[in-house]
Amino acid sequence: MNAPLTLFDKLWVAHEIVRREDGEALLWVDRHYVHEGSFNAFSKLKARGAQVAEPGLTFGVADHYVPTRGSRRAIDNPDIARMVHTLEENTAEHGIPLFGLDDPRQGIVHVVGPEQGLTLPGLLIVCGDSHTSTHGALGAYAFGIGASEVAHVLTTQTLCQRKPKRMRIIVNGYLGPGIAAKDLVLAIIARISADGATGHAVEFGGSAIRALSMEGRLTLCNMSIEAGARSGMIAPDETTFEYVKGRPYAPKGAAFEQALEAWSALTTDDGAEFDREVELDAADIAPIVTWGTSPQDALPIDASVPDPAREPDAARAKYLREALDYMGLMPGTKLANIAIDRIFIGSCTNARIEDLRAAAAVLAGRASKVPGLVSPGSSAVKRQAEEEGLDRIFRDAGLEWGESGCSMCVGINGDVVGPGERCASTTNRNFRGRQGPGARTHLMSPAMAAAAAVTGTLTDVRPLLAGRKV
Amino acid sequence: MDKFIRLTAAACPLDVANLNTDQLLPARFLKLPRSAGLGAVLLHDLRFDADGRERPNFPLNQPAWRDARIVVGARNFGCGSSREAAVYALYDYGIRCVIAPSFGDIFAGNAVQNGLLTAIVSDDEAAALVAMLGEKPSQPLTVDLEQQTIQCSNRTFLFAIDPVRRTRLLNGWDNIALTDSYMDKIAAFKTADRARRPWAMPCH
Repeated sequence: MNAPLTLFDKLWVAHEIVRREDGEALLWVDRHYVHEGSFNAFSKLKARGAQVAEPGLTFGVADHYVPTRGSRRAIDNPDIARMVHTLEENTAEHGIPLFGLDDPRQGIVHVVGPEQGLTLPGLLIVCGDSHTSTHGALGAYAFGIGASEVAHVLTTQTLCQRKPKRMRIIVNGYLGPGIAAKDLVLAIIARISADGATGHAVEFGGSAIRALSMEGRLTLCNMSIEAGARSGMIAPDETTFEYVKGRPYAPKGAAFEQALEAWSALTTDDGAEFDREVELDAADIAPIVTWGTSPQDALPIDASVPDPAREPDAARAKYLREALDYMGLMPGTKLANIAIDRIFIGSCTNARIEDLRAAAAVLAGRASKVPGLVSPGSSAVKRQAEEEGLDRIFRDAGLEWGESGCSMCVGINGDVVGPGERCASTTNRNFRGRQGPGARTHLMSPAMAAAAAVTGTLTDVRPLLAGRKV
Repeated sequence: MDKFIRLTAAACPLDVANLNTDQLLPARFLKLPRSAGLGAVLLHDLRFDADGRERPNFPLNQPAWRDARIVVGARNFGCGSSREAAVYALYDYGIRCVIAPSFGDIFAGNAVQNGLLTAIVSDDEAAALVAMLGEKPSQPLTVDLEQQTIQCSNRTFLFAIDPVRRTRLLNGWDNIALTDSYMDKIAAFKTADRARRPWAMPCH
């Protein structure tokens, strides 16, 4: 009998072309997603006079620089317009399919991949973006790479990697009402810290994970990188198969049946060993918000901002002081008393249809006390939300209903949070200046961001859900 | 790619945990081509205030450390976004080595592709180096990749680095050139894999 293997071991073995004597492996890449930011890699290709090895396995998506407010084509800033056009030129030159600015399939790459059935269980997927970990939600091995590695994949459809260690995070029990995958992942990061999973491929398991919808799983795996893990993954199951079936690029008919058989074997065998295991109880998780400048600075909404004066460790006290200084917060302030200036609902973390439904359930019939932008994760999500009338709920609440793209998560399309402004945001990074120079970001779930809009402060969404259908 | 073998140079402490790539190179500079000079915008919003004036207290703005070629950082240096331009900015500023207790995985991978050494020491050793540089800012460090040592005054620290990355830095090797020698194996894998996993091809 063969030794028991983890899901990750199985994915790794299936893609290993050769294990070099030095211990690194050459891995086959099944899908390579490129975006405007991949221009450095295309320049490297040009410098070598190289061609794209597998343009049919490479897909371009315009997301990072596309306008998400107002007209899509009238980009005022010529440098931003150039980024979008350069992607169009590079993909056209190399015969790479592009979901460009005007394509109905356009959206954020990590929303579009699964949505179009390009992301499948059992695949190895890379993209020059750290949130590529998202695609592991379907049982794929997916991770972000830099420009040199993008150039390597473009040229060879392979990548050199040392096999990371294996980590399993088990979440027992079930999440309570009003608690989302975002709360779960923030709780995990707070528990293991922002480098708690560095050097590891993480598998999420346990009853709370099994119970998550596909969209919740995508949110969870998306933020694996915020705990240091280049990849996060969940063994595919009925939820996954149901999600994949019938999507445009997914296998069909007999090929789908054959795929199902292969995908059903993508589980961690009993007795397989992990280098590290962590267990949490889902019942302990409350709605969570971040207060600082790292996703690990996360606390339940009924807690207070930490006090550096009460921190015995000098290095930790310094860290707390600097974070609070940037965030403009007094030590000991109750999180629920923090007033906000705006909200943002969007990003590859939380802009799928379920995310918009969760926010709309809170906002229906209510007004937002602060301005805010809702940017759907893809053009398809936008159309579906409009069919369901969600756009009307957001507009009636006084929020702006925008287009799909990375938008205010990273601010490089021009949509930024102003200096000193405090934003309740469904994004993934509360780093200094992430949403714009001087911007102050509090990360939370879509329902919690909607609740913050209604009250004008960080607040527990649960009372606002009383008597509502969610 | 330039080799890294041994370097004696000024070292700047950046004792900030989770110093992410958004700090190393703020996203709004990502559309600049490398030829525009990314060293000038390295750590831009920490080095300069909103009016573009230098923040005098920031270590890299202090006379002893302006020309540093080594950085001593804290835990999780280079976490966050995969932007390789964060490495370009460090390198083009003149930095050739970052010493820290841990690095973001993608950042460390990007660093080796560009000849930037990421040297791992313990938390205590990083803190000791920061303290020594604080006491005597102008003292140079000597980083020796063959020996995997850092010399500071009369103390010697050992550092860790993945052996493959060490070899590549010592020789200035490029990954694509190495992979080119495996083209036959790649072609054979592809043929066998198409038969084994026909469902893995995009269906359209």
